[in-house]
Amino acid sequence: MKDNIIYFDNAATSYPKPEEVIQAMVHFSRMIGGSPGRSGHRLAIEAGRIVFEARERISQLFGGKDSSRVVFGLNATEGINQGLKGLLRPGDHVISSSMEHNSVMRPLRAMMKEGLEVTILPCSPEGFLDPQGVKKALRKNTKMVVLNHASNVVGTLQPLAEVGEVCRQQGVLFFVDAAQSAGAIPIDLEREKIDLLAFTGHKALFGPQGTGGLVLGERVEEKELTPVKQGGTGSRSELEEQPDFLPDLCESGTPNAVGIAGLLAGLDFVLREGVEKIRVHEMRLTQELLQGLQAIPGVVLYGPRDARKQLSTVSFNIQGIEPSEVGLKLDEEFGILCRVGLHCSPASHRTIGTFPQGTVRFGLSYFNREEEVEEALQAAGRIARREA
Amino acid sequence: MKMAQGVILFPSIHFALRAEKLVKAKGISYKLIPVPRHLSSDCGVCLRIPWEKKGEVLGILAQTRVKVDGAHPL
Repeated sequence: MKDNIIYFDNAATSYPKPEEVIQAMVHFSRMIGGSPGRSGHRLAIEAGRIVFEARERISQLFGGKDSSRVVFGLNATEGINQGLKGLLRPGDHVISSSMEHNSVMRPLRAMMKEGLEVTILPCSPEGFLDPQGVKKALRKNTKMVVLNHASNVVGTLQPLAEVGEVCRQQGVLFFVDAAQSAGAIPIDLEREKIDLLAFTGHKALFGPQGTGGLVLGERVEEKELTPVKQGGTGSRSELEEQPDFLPDLCESGTPNAVGIAGLLAGLDFVLREGVEKIRVHEMRLTQELLQGLQAIPGVVLYGPRDARKQLSTVSFNIQGIEPSEVGLKLDEEFGILCRVGLHCSPASHRTIGTFPQGTVRFGLSYFNREEEVEEALQAAGRIARREA
Repeated sequence: MKMAQGVILFPSIHFALRAEKLVKAKGISYKLIPVPRHLSSDCGVCLRIPWEKKGEVLGILAQTRVKVDGAHPL
């Protein structure tokens, strides 16, 4: 890793990656290099095995029953677009929350123009959605509830199991955006009654950028699903129509196999360390960060302010100083890298009361240490006291 | 004498690789090979097995979600 920096921008993308992730991509590039699912020679098969194993690990991580229902794409955004546009039709009703990232909000707003009915449920200032609110918002034509598991602004963890239960009782699909949470906190499709789960590879799964996708539960019917793109799949090459089976139905064009090789190594890392252990470490650091920030006069903290109720994403402001200025000082004077502003989620900032100025966001990872949190607290204190 | 061989065809490489894993776990000899042109115009791979194991392999696959397109002697 680069020296003399404290990387607190893991909610955007995790850094550093485990060494084995880098090695896996070097190995793929140097020794494998084939196109997965295309050709029958040994290198193409070896590349296919890597993509297959990554699918198996994703399925295992979320308690899935059938890895053919793991669809790879560039990121969570692609998975979300596939899930929403592949299943919702004009005249359908969808329920979502005021804590969504634009990866959900923008597709929904675009689909509204084509006749989709959308209800955005308000959340508390800490970012929590009330599951009873979901129940009350249900209509006859409600087809889906789509919800951000963990806020990318303040880390707020939504009550997935409760919302999932409401959805299951009503026969509504439950779609979870796990971009922030996959790998950082245990998720089980069955326990939380999730029908669709979008994930990204480059955050808490420690893969490279350009990996992610969608996991489909048993209640999503292949024949109901329209692919957002069509193209070559390496299968059914004699046909000019898209194959009707997963994963090929939703995976057209040569995949990012070198990236998926890295993602596979990241998944192995996460599974070997254990998501529970990762969560405990991050929770400890988060609690320390929250307590430390709260103790600094002039610091305003947002979100649940309780490490048990949030992921390791913490948003704050320093009174009288713009977030962008705080971010610049942190970078230039302290080597602390974070993200400031609106974090692609204007709805969340409206909910927590920080629109349009935004916040300073620290996103911690499994690789951060206590000393880094302490240094960051000292830096925030000095900025708040105008000593920096 | 060389044992008679046959192939099992799948709609996509995902199922071929799933089948490979299952067959490997049972200790059955196998090889993933390009699909012979006379069986399909597809550009994918299929699983070559000793033909006497056909029943056993199809039995294993039938208990799973592996989609099978067909089984042919070579």
